[in-house]
Amino acid sequence: MNHKVKEPFVRITKRDSMPVWRGWLTRLIGLVLALIVCAIVIFAMVKLNPLKVYGAMWQGAFGSTKRIWVTTRDTMMLLCIGIGLASAFKMRFWNIGAEGQILVGGIATAACMIYLGGTMPTWLLLVVMFAVSAVAGAVWGVIPAFFKARFGTNETLFTLMMNYVAIQLTSYFVAKWENPFGSNTVGVINQTTKAGWFPAILNQQYLLNVIIVMALTVIVFVYLRSSKQGYEISVVGESERTARYIGINVRRVIIRTMMISGAICGIAGFIAVSGASHTISTSTAGGRGFTAIIVAWLAKFNTFVMILIAALLVFLEKGAMQIASQYNLNDYASQMITGIILFFILGSEFFINYRLVFRGNALREKGGETV
Amino acid sequence: MKKVIALLLALTLVFALAACGTKTEEPSAAPAASDDASPAVDVSAIKIGVILVHDENTGYDFAHIEGIKKAAAAVGIADDQIIWKYNVTEDETCYDTATDLVEQGCTYIFSDSYGHQSYMLQAAEENPDVTFVSMTGDNAALSKLPNLKNAFNYTFESRYVSGVVAGMKLAELVADGKVADKNKNADGTIKIGYVGAYPYAEVVSGYTAFYLGVKSIVENVSMSVSYTNSWYDPTAEAEAANALVSDGCIILSQHADSTGAPSACEALLKSGTEIYCVGYNVDMLSVAPTSALTSAQNDWSVYYTYAFNCAAKGEEIATDWAAGYEQGAVMISALGASCAAGTDAKVAEVEAALKDGTLNVFDCSKFTVDGKPVTSYLAIDTNGDWAGDTGEAITDGIFSESTLRSAPYFGIRIDGITELNAQ
Repeated sequence: MNHKVKEPFVRITKRDSMPVWRGWLTRLIGLVLALIVCAIVIFAMVKLNPLKVYGAMWQGAFGSTKRIWVTTRDTMMLLCIGIGLASAFKMRFWNIGAEGQILVGGIATAACMIYLGGTMPTWLLLVVMFAVSAVAGAVWGVIPAFFKARFGTNETLFTLMMNYVAIQLTSYFVAKWENPFGSNTVGVINQTTKAGWFPAILNQQYLLNVIIVMALTVIVFVYLRSSKQGYEISVVGESERTARYIGINVRRVIIRTMMISGAICGIAGFIAVSGASHTISTSTAGGRGFTAIIVAWLAKFNTFVMILIAALLVFLEKGAMQIASQYNLNDYASQMITGIILFFILGSEFFINYRLVFRGNALREKGGETV
Repeated sequence: MKKVIALLLALTLVFALAACGTKTEEPSAAPAASDDASPAVDVSAIKIGVILVHDENTGYDFAHIEGIKKAAAAVGIADDQIIWKYNVTEDETCYDTATDLVEQGCTYIFSDSYGHQSYMLQAAEENPDVTFVSMTGDNAALSKLPNLKNAFNYTFESRYVSGVVAGMKLAELVADGKVADKNKNADGTIKIGYVGAYPYAEVVSGYTAFYLGVKSIVENVSMSVSYTNSWYDPTAEAEAANALVSDGCIILSQHADSTGAPSACEALLKSGTEIYCVGYNVDMLSVAPTSALTSAQNDWSVYYTYAFNCAAKGEEIATDWAAGYEQGAVMISALGASCAAGTDAKVAEVEAALKDGTLNVFDCSKFTVDGKPVTSYLAIDTNGDWAGDTGEAITDGIFSESTLRSAPYFGIRIDGITELNAQ
């Protein structure tokens, strides 16, 4: 039979594979194009020299030692959540409940600071808070995992709803611990004694944040890449049936992995409360549980690549704040720039995974490619 | 493909070089010629940092921005001597921002939101050479830090006056027979409503002042207060307003920063429900031309001018600063078309009495608690030991608000007011 298929002007085909260097080159090109588009937008809207605006963004993130440390601290926070999400996502378990897991970890930490502050040495208190926040996060992660494993509930909705429960729980504790009375904020906990605050290491206030998160980065990298459990996670993620066929206890893997995922997000809550804000509020997670989803996915669950992505996102945020301040551009202008850059970076992933075949080219290739 | 890549790489390089090139051209802060009045401190050397909880899109922050600009112009501080930081959340971001402003050379740092204060305190401890002003905060005196300051306006005065405006309208509605049975409680008092942000003294002081203002015109009123637990939440404020009106309230006021409640009132009024409202900060006539009566407003430039002048003269800023009608720090916005006849004259009379001190908003003979007059009040008790940190607030039957410290401390829940959803 003579098939007469009309060749569309352009069609999308999946790429077989792309050398790593070309992948990174594509991303770089995406970034450059994004900067060019942003430059045009900036100039068209506010008639500012785009190069100066970019310079200001750089200044905002890395302009002084203090700013570098704040940027690093926030990068570590985002990275920590991304690491927590990676194992769940690798298993194709849509954990969008990081916000809630962070919050319960934060509540646990704040409770320790309030009730145990001053009763034990700092190192012991930090260890206790680390453990308690991990347990709290793990519990928050295991609940949806248990229902998924047992009853096949939808984890996307379940983890999302758990966020709202956690937010309400936080409101409850904020009202309980509010200081001064009636202010509806907890205020800085232990402002005078600094009990339960991360101590400065080598005179650096945020070095401990870096140490904890970098340790997690390495551990989770090895865990996902080289351990038996890590292998089980990827098999369950690829195909649950295959996993069952080769004798993996899928339920156990789901529950165990979410326990780890939740625990790491809980630890992120510990770092946020004890290592940065020294308070707890419903905005402690601040949407970072959702931003970290981008971090985990863009890095394809490679925890070291996540460092880069997290740093880029935090850089954009700090840069946006700086240009808002320096050039009186309001928040929306900065958000547009961030949006354009993210769009291009996500877009470059598309071109890494797929290619466009135009009609002319397709006809030329026809001899070799048609089935 | 290769050519394209080469081209793009070349472009990147150009960009990078250009970026390096422009950096060195960055103009250093232009040294403006100092005033020939030769103040003790070189005015052009003053650098001011401003930390705002939102940006110019909210009425509250807009009022602060306007106040600062006006004051800077009056004192002779140039635009490039002020560094603005917008949308600074009430968490460690505030501390980061404050220390960042110090690094940029600011010697005076102002923050405009209550929730900023503990982070301002933290920054003040670490930078004793920089003056930190936590506007609307209440812990400067207690912290004993010489470089931490608080300031607030006598907002209760303008709220009282806005209450008088509402009272005049209510009297007119009563005279016209427009107050229906559903607008009355079982005991015959007329229902009015209030949308508040948080259940703490600043809000309590404000709504009590408004209520007493209404009550000074129409004696038999009772007020319901509904909290949104947010300073700025248009949806929640509109919902609260709708709920209060459907419960029978005929006059509404607010202590929250959006136009949510007045917009809701305007829609209700258009659909036939009798409802009038009094706003805060923003002139609500643009969103509620028939429903809005007036808004209680602040002119923060009075304080900022004072503070900037202190800076220019090298003088210490007062730890607690508060001012009201007498200094022009508070006012009400232009009266709406729906205001009752004679409101103008009544407002002028009340304002004059507030200015010369013959009228006190919190006159203890005007309100009761559990049917009894209040004679003593533990003004400020931060540590919960039931011993006041400062002196007695009530003297000679007058509750003196914002004199023991700048932030309001009138936290008495008086008869006639019901909080619907306090935590």
